[in-house]
Amino acid sequence: MEKLLEVKNLEVSFQTYGGTVKAVRGVSFDLHKGETLAIVGESGSGKSVTSQSIMKLIPMPPGQISGGQILLNGDDIVPKTEKQMEKIRGKEISMIFQDPMTSLNPTMKIGNQITEGLIKHQNMSKQDAKNRAIELLRLVGIPMPEKRVNQYPHEFSGGMRQRAMIAIALAANPKLLIADEPTTALDVTIQAQILELMKDLQSKMDTSIIFITHDLGVVANVADRVAVMYAGQIVEMGTVDEIFYDPRHPYTWGLLASMPSVDSDDSAELAAIPGTPPDLTNPPKGDAFAARNSYALAIDFEEEPPMFQISETHFAKTWLLHPDAPKVEPPEAVKKRMRQLSSTFEKPVLVKEGK
Amino acid sequence: MAKYIGKRLLYMILSLWMIVSATFFFMRIAPGNPFASEKKLPPEIEANLNAHFGLDKPWYAQYWEYLVRIVNWDFGPSFKYKSQTVNDLINEGFPVSFLLGMEAIFIAVALGVLLGIIAALKHNRWPDYTAMIIAVLGISVPSFIMASFLQYFLAIKMGIFPVARWESFMHTILPALALASTPMAFIARLTRSSMLEVLANDYIKTAKSKGLSSGVITIKHTIRNALLPVVTYMGPLTAGILTGSFVIERIFGIPGLGAHFVTSINNRDYTVIMGVTVFYSILLLVSILLVDIAYGIIDPRIKLAGGKKGE
Ligand SMILES: Nc1ncnc2c1ncn2[C@@H]1O[C@H](COP(=O)(O)OP(=O)(O)OP(=O)(O)O)[C@@H](O)[C@H]1O
Ligand code: SF4
Ligand SMILES: [Mg+2]
Repeated sequence: MEKLLEVKNLEVSFQTYGGTVKAVRGVSFDLHKGETLAIVGESGSGKSVTSQSIMKLIPMPPGQISGGQILLNGDDIVPKTEKQMEKIRGKEISMIFQDPMTSLNPTMKIGNQITEGLIKHQNMSKQDAKNRAIELLRLVGIPMPEKRVNQYPHEFSGGMRQRAMIAIALAANPKLLIADEPTTALDVTIQAQILELMKDLQSKMDTSIIFITHDLGVVANVADRVAVMYAGQIVEMGTVDEIFYDPRHPYTWGLLASMPSVDSDDSAELAAIPGTPPDLTNPPKGDAFAARNSYALAIDFEEEPPMFQISETHFAKTWLLHPDAPKVEPPEAVKKRMRQLSSTFEKPVLVKEGK
Repeated sequence: MAKYIGKRLLYMILSLWMIVSATFFFMRIAPGNPFASEKKLPPEIEANLNAHFGLDKPWYAQYWEYLVRIVNWDFGPSFKYKSQTVNDLINEGFPVSFLLGMEAIFIAVALGVLLGIIAALKHNRWPDYTAMIIAVLGISVPSFIMASFLQYFLAIKMGIFPVARWESFMHTILPALALASTPMAFIARLTRSSMLEVLANDYIKTAKSKGLSSGVITIKHTIRNALLPVVTYMGPLTAGILTGSFVIERIFGIPGLGAHFVTSINNRDYTVIMGVTVFYSILLLVSILLVDIAYGIIDPRIKLAGGKKGE
């Protein structure tokens, strides 16, 4: 498969009064055409900053891409100017935001919010753009689109607004769609509909999707691969099966153990991960997760762990995979679902710096 | 919409009636009378005068007569100036005041909005600081002091503008500026904070993510939303300009309604005071209604009560 996006060692920081916040600390991943990558992690782990960096939407200043590369079709966008980015945004990459109540302009008709991008990127006439907007609204499942194009956001329900947002994002046929928690603000039934719609549209339009969420339950449904983020780093990445059935990182264990699942009996308690994420102004020495990790080893407080490779597609950043590490058992809730996957290497392999 | 306006008109008439009654009774409670002056009038003459103006009748008769006359848009004769009616005074003074007020409102809105937008777009950089220093000065310096400053520097010292009077367009600029300075400063601050609020909104990020240029985003997405609070302020702004013009017209020797009003208060010219008060009230109520209607048109979320509900 062709690589659409390659992020290499991305570092993003914010200058604040309290000091420099290192929000993203060396993130690398790639994304193929038509693939869906989910990024999960708790609040503040840097999911939004990572994804907004890909469109260079972080406010600069105070934000700054302080290192790394973002290759879109092999072309690094980090050095690009705002004018050059305008040609990429909306056309190559678009974004759907978390809260459909605030992400649409309240005083502009839905139709005009869709056609804006079309007129800019595809040189369409006003009338053509409007017809296309109606078509798009129909595509995302909004009834009576001829009437709805002329309405304002407040005349739409939350779910419909998110559908309209999707129509806006897909208007110019982007190759990459970034959805930053697109269903978090919606109730469960609407969530399911929106996810269904996104999957459906993806297969029709062959877009790649980066799907950000803190809900692992959603991930299993939509993603091909999963990246688990913690404190500005990707701590584990693999296919959905690898993350769900053979997780290796204690933080991933924690996330899985805290996920309510239909098959778990009532007596099984949901285990919240204790403590809070570290302050990214002064990231701790060693592994950022050590203080919250019951499996932490002595070395964890001294030195950051390297990335280990468990299969062709599965990576985890923990000392536990080191040959000298003691053998530890994941928590019950996770152990129950563990399976032996055929693709797993004999032994974890240390990934050399700058692979 | 028509139903809404009808309802608002009804409320307006009710408010007007209360204002008219309040002025009427306050005027009667106030000590002294229109003919009290240094020269003591012989009692017979005073009685004659009272009879002539109907002041000898019981209060309810006077009150009723007054109401009837107002409904017919007749504010009666002036007590002090025999040959003039209050209507004459209004017809003569109002066009002047109106011109001055409009000029001031124009300056306040145009400059205020401009300053506010520049400040917000250059947030925390020198244009922002400059604009906000101007705004703080404008808000904290009362208009009559501003008027004297302008007269002293721009007229007396530099001779760019005439010092006072009301003869040509050049004569209108200083009083309009003095009158506009406080509301302009207020609008600048309002626009700035509302721009900053809008800029922090998700939909600006959405607009950016569509690949729109920052110019287009500012014009199409930011300013329109940021101006909503400014439109709301237009009602109080009109009131401020009206009351401000009393003082400014005195300072610049402008023959407007405000100047007449102040004179008539000193003279206890009952009918003029009441007539001008009622006239100003109507003006204010109408302008507030217009602002509300305009707001409903600009902000699609506001469905004027009585209109059809969307959905
Ligand atoms: N404009 C900013 N200025 C300063 N710090 C920022 C800014 N934006 C983000 N950060 C910091 O970057 C870190 C990562 O934030 P980010 O929004 O990416 O988290 P997230 O994983 O998306 O969390 P959530 O699930 O709450 O959306 C946070 O610690 C946050 O404080
Ligand atoms: S490196 Fe150490 S602290 Fe970090 S997750 Fe692995 S075991 Fe825990
Ligand atoms: Mg986020």
